[in-house]
Amino acid sequence: MITGTPKPIEEIMEMLDPYDNIVLAGCHGCVTVCRVGGEKEVQVLASTLRLAREAAGRTIKIREVSLERQCDPEYVEQMRPYVTDYQAVLSIACGAGIQFLAEKFTTTPLLPGINTGFLGVTERQGEWSERCQGCGDCVLHLTGGICPVTRCAKSLFHGPCGGSVKGSCEVDKDTKCGWQLIIDRLVALDQMGNYGKLKPYKGWNSSRDGGPRRIIREDMI
Amino acid sequence: MVIGCLEGDCHYVNGNIRARARVERVYAILERIKIGPNRIRMYNLSAGEGSKFAAFANEFVDQILEIGPSPINLVRAGNQVVTAKEAT
Repeated sequence: MITGTPKPIEEIMEMLDPYDNIVLAGCHGCVTVCRVGGEKEVQVLASTLRLAREAAGRTIKIREVSLERQCDPEYVEQMRPYVTDYQAVLSIACGAGIQFLAEKFTTTPLLPGINTGFLGVTERQGEWSERCQGCGDCVLHLTGGICPVTRCAKSLFHGPCGGSVKGSCEVDKDTKCGWQLIIDRLVALDQMGNYGKLKPYKGWNSSRDGGPRRIIREDMI
Repeated sequence: MVIGCLEGDCHYVNGNIRARARVERVYAILERIKIGPNRIRMYNLSAGEGSKFAAFANEFVDQILEIGPSPINLVRAGNQVVTAKEAT
């Protein structure tokens, strides 16, 4: 899922300062699962903003909505009938959702209520960690299901660097060395032969280095 | 004022511990928006501790009285005064 963290309330209050009548839009997708932008978080943030505004001597009208997904046009369009009745939209979806709203509703300012994080997994309730950077050229079949691009702080492709100490990364001792994990896993799977199959170099043009990416599926258009 | 069962004695195993974490979150929110702190508090009690409940309730009331009205109530009271003056 795409993860995120709430923006500090002070930053949100500053963003909202010019406005007194807004839509607060959540999303039922990833940000609901990581507890940062779902229906419940819309309610909590709306209450917080109303209280904070009133304590500061001003009021704010907030329409609370939660779309099924802010990254799909059919759900975004549900806001069209009323969005222009409001001065701004504060979205607590991921950056993709917020940008999609901004593209669809060109005359209404869109404000981000969260900081979008990474593609990750739920370790346990309240803890998420990164697993994928979307490089566009997956090699997990060769690396025991552990991604060197994401799990190695330097995204190395041919084994650990000199900073790997007793299985920990030099960047943070609480972070496991991605390459130690890969080698341990390959040994356990009796697949060390895969280590030699990695490409001599990795092409990054399928990653962000090639600019904003698109996927076109002719069979679905 | 939020009351949970004694720690280690929750019907939902760790529900009261999680409730405490949520109360602390609300406490932090109220503090950051300058309404708190100390306007919310969690106590742990068993169902048989009636006198302790009364003592905690009195303690919390004293705490709230000491803090005084919330900024929101002060603003609302001010607005009511203005409205009353406008009405006359």
